[in-house]
Amino acid sequence: MSRFIGPRSGDAIFSSVERVNAELFTLTYGATVRQLLTDLEDVDEVNKQLDQMGYNIGIRLIDEFLAKSNVTRCVDFKETAEVIAKVGFKMFIGVTASVTNWNADGTCCSIVLEDNPLVDFVELPDTCQGLYYCNILSGVIRGALEMVSMKTEVTWLRDVLRGDDAFELQVKLLKQVPEEYPYKDDE
Amino acid sequence: MIGVGKIKQYSNVLDKPLNKGKQEVSLSAFAFLFSELVQYNQTQVDNIAELERRLEDAGYAVGARVLELLCHRERGNRRETRLLGILSFVHSTVWKILFGKVADSLEKGTEHEDEYMISEKELLVNRFISIPKDMGTFNCGAFVAGIVRGVLDGSGFPAVVTAHFVPMEGQQRPRTTILIKFAEEVLRREARLGG
Repeated sequence: MSRFIGPRSGDAIFSSVERVNAELFTLTYGATVRQLLTDLEDVDEVNKQLDQMGYNIGIRLIDEFLAKSNVTRCVDFKETAEVIAKVGFKMFIGVTASVTNWNADGTCCSIVLEDNPLVDFVELPDTCQGLYYCNILSGVIRGALEMVSMKTEVTWLRDVLRGDDAFELQVKLLKQVPEEYPYKDDE
Repeated sequence: MIGVGKIKQYSNVLDKPLNKGKQEVSLSAFAFLFSELVQYNQTQVDNIAELERRLEDAGYAVGARVLELLCHRERGNRRETRLLGILSFVHSTVWKILFGKVADSLEKGTEHEDEYMISEKELLVNRFISIPKDMGTFNCGAFVAGIVRGVLDGSGFPAVVTAHFVPMEGQQRPRTTILIKFAEEVLRREARLGG
């Protein structure tokens, strides 16, 4: 019998959770984006809606993340970013990301995705050039971090669908919100 | 070099080789996404029937693509032309790829010649979903019904496909039955082709 101590690696978590075929996930996401494009008829509105959906997911997903990863409080934003890239991405969508391009005071960095199951089979038509197809991911990060008291701004710097060589998300820490006690029940 | 990924550039998505379909994501990632899809669609409708129709539409888009993908990858560019063939394709091949298992059962309707049912004790999309009392018979399986309709339609078997909860004795949760009602022309063609 082994008793588990300390944080778990993304690989270990991913291999222990229930998984589904990535194609179901990819195609379902595609159907979602197409539905939004049809309904909202405006690429910027779709970007906004995808970000909102991601945010909704992020604020719920953080619970599962903390419960399964055994990650303790990160000492600084640098560690936070590493944990997102190495554990977060791996445990949910099975890919790892790397963290790079830190600014001098350690409040802004880039998360670079080597692989991204969302974009299999995808090509942006001319009418959707302004679309940030994976905008749901930036929303997820923003939502999840907000639940652990970090206000962030997440933007896409590179996107393979737009002809770049990788996916690069810039995560900028705006402020650490101090936790307030006592919590009020009605808020 | 830091920051350079493994992604190879293709000028056209069609030049990219098809992967084997072995990649996986966590079930929660899918469940979160599906939940958002349902919640978003709830904001776009006034009633349950409309909500089911919209989920079915989303599923249809998935089904059409799954058919294309599987015909290329698993079938050597062939597709089924007979009724039982296409039904077993949906029940086994499609189900296995999408949901990791063959569907629990495939039955012929007893009352109507043109009805078939695929049942699943615990449909993947319904795993984490409980239906509020005021939403009556709403079933998120409408999405899967859409997938099935997409596959059938794309293969030349137009049908009306719906998802229903069927209570089971001794089980707390009902199973989901996907009811397939083929168009008349399909049955006429099938009769002409003979056994």
